[in-house]
Amino acid sequence: MASTTMTMAKALNEGLRRAMEKNPKVLLMGEDIGRLGGVFRITDGLQKDFGEDRVIDAPLAESAIVGTAVGLAIRGYRTVCEIQFDGFVYPAFDQIVSQVAKLHKRSEGVYTMGLVIRIPFQGGIGAIEHHSESPESYFAQTAGLRVVSCATPNDAYWMIQQSVEHDDPIIFCEPKSRYWEKGEVDLEGAPRGLFEAEVRREGRDVTVIGYGSSVKTMLRAADTAELEGTSLEVIDARSVAPLDLDTMARSVQKTGRLVVVQEAPHTASIGSEIVAELTERCFYSLRAPGLRVSGYHVPYPPSRIEDDFRPSVDRILDAVDRTMGYDS
Amino acid sequence: MIDEELVQLLTPEGLRNVNPDYESTLGRDEIVGLYRDMVIIRRLCNESTSLQRQGQLALWAPVQGQEAAQIGAGRALAPKDFSFPSYREHGVAWCRGVPPEDMLRVFRAVTTGGWDPQKYRHSVPTVVLGNQTLHAVGYAMGVQRDGAEEAVLTFFGDGASSQGDVLESFVWAASFNAPVVFFCQNNQWGISTPSSVQSRIPLSHRAHGFGFPGIRVDGNDVLAVYEVTRRALENARVGGGPTLIEAYTYRIGAHTTSDDPTRYRIDAEVEVWKHRDPLERVKSLLVREYKVNKATFEKVAAEAESLALKLRDDVLAMGRPDPITMFDHAYAAPHPLVDEGRREMVELGISGGSH
Ligand SMILES: Cc1ncc(C[n+]2csc(CCOP(=O)(O)OP(=O)(O)O)c2C)c(N)n1
Ligand SMILES: [Mg+2]
Repeated sequence: MASTTMTMAKALNEGLRRAMEKNPKVLLMGEDIGRLGGVFRITDGLQKDFGEDRVIDAPLAESAIVGTAVGLAIRGYRTVCEIQFDGFVYPAFDQIVSQVAKLHKRSEGVYTMGLVIRIPFQGGIGAIEHHSESPESYFAQTAGLRVVSCATPNDAYWMIQQSVEHDDPIIFCEPKSRYWEKGEVDLEGAPRGLFEAEVRREGRDVTVIGYGSSVKTMLRAADTAELEGTSLEVIDARSVAPLDLDTMARSVQKTGRLVVVQEAPHTASIGSEIVAELTERCFYSLRAPGLRVSGYHVPYPPSRIEDDFRPSVDRILDAVDRTMGYDS
Repeated sequence: MIDEELVQLLTPEGLRNVNPDYESTLGRDEIVGLYRDMVIIRRLCNESTSLQRQGQLALWAPVQGQEAAQIGAGRALAPKDFSFPSYREHGVAWCRGVPPEDMLRVFRAVTTGGWDPQKYRHSVPTVVLGNQTLHAVGYAMGVQRDGAEEAVLTFFGDGASSQGDVLESFVWAASFNAPVVFFCQNNQWGISTPSSVQSRIPLSHRAHGFGFPGIRVDGNDVLAVYEVTRRALENARVGGGPTLIEAYTYRIGAHTTSDDPTRYRIDAEVEVWKHRDPLERVKSLLVREYKVNKATFEKVAAEAESLALKLRDDVLAMGRPDPITMFDHAYAAPHPLVDEGRREMVELGISGGSH
């Protein structure tokens, strides 16, 4: 098995490289992605190897990056758009929700909107405003879009390739705080399905579900809980829309308890959706209401205090304790 | 520089340039004042870069090379005017009276604002490129409806000039003949992207297509920037409508302290622009024409030095905010989710209590 250790940033780079090698119609477009290789260096070296026609340094306008990717899709190209930071996707919001999401339908199936919009999302890097947001539920609410998030280098490598090959538009959320963490990447193995969740750690007492940067935090919480005698089953949702509810329900039917973790505030969020769906599916197995550990309902705070906004190990364990406190 | 359209009143060597349309109205003391502003802002900027290197700031966006553009524009404002900056306009903030430590609060990541925008008539920084240009036009429409003789000045970069918001703000300003002046600092780079990717023509030419004047000024010539901006603001105040000013300049430093410009531009280019230093040319004018002596320059340098030391002390004294402050001002009126969050934070022992 050809397995190698690399960072998530490198895994995305390798995944994009492979997608471009496989299909000459794959293009990359974004701000500063060519010569600079992107502010996170995800596209490092790709313009040198594939040329300026395939790795496009865009003029500075997100609406145009996505809008022209739509036109390129109509012409048969698959464009991977890079949005420099989460907070800068909103100028493209109209193109994404009105056109990217709906053109397959409006053209009665003639147009294929096979394009990927990569967004470095979530906080934890000590950045200034607009560089740490979690916009996934805006997109998850829009029919026509799919939203996924990688939490490990291996998933980054495979999920970006699967997303490029997919015929529906994909919002690809990358947990920027994990870009520089290393992990094993299996370069040949058959990857897990793009829309499947994965049990990252098996446990008995409480099912804890999250995605992106929260996965590692949940695993750390599970380590601590173990010491205190509570066994957490940790699930990486991987696909935020659609959700792999079968995998999640199987776990909740076993544990009877549910905690969801996300950096986005909980109103109308992915976490709320998971709790509602699993309550419906697992009503008779649940021994306590599903709890959400989320960002607060305020604009993302200045980063000196972001660690008290983002779900921490302590806040996850507090929710675990509360769910364990219900008698049934 | 061999650019016919470029308004320049002072050559890079500090010699007077006669321009048929613009004439410098400033005397010795005022020019010394502009020089002082530029020296101070450069020194404060360098101090901020070192504070960032020492881990005391999350980020810094240097202004080096653009001092004349910012000070010339900032000093052209009348006290009643209002300005809408992007994120690099430290020089303009200085002219508006914003205390230097307040400019650094955002970069120390202890707030998302930093100063009272009404008090200084200078809005809070805007990071999402181009958003503020529409705010400026809206404010100007308010000025118009109030029948006030005020003008609005808004800042954006060559990169931001490609954003829909900026181009829409041109349409709006023209449509309503709003008393607004658009000040584009073309420092030739938007992170790694050269301005040639944003425009094939001088950015000032864009204004003509929207139906209002566009003027290209040497952004490293503080006298020219001052006169061009002053005239445009005056024109706006008396109903003359919008103007676009393109200040042609250069970003000497990195985009921000997170950036490594050696990856995308050559040193030789930077060196050329260092020879067009905006401070040196005013200094040579002051020496040659006004016989300003060494003591005066030393006094300015000493003042800049002490302001830099004070800035350092002020920044180091900025502690980590109580996390409960994140709930302040999220809404103007009470909100149940905000109350719930505050309560949770206290219960978890993250904060001692309310604010
Ligand atoms: C809408 C939006 N997209 C992307 C960014 C990221 N970004 C920050 S500054 C910058 C370059 C801006 O260049 P320019 O407008 O020339 O201003 P300068 O930095 O040169 O002052 C980019 C791409 C942003 N802040 N806002
Ligand atoms: Mg620029």
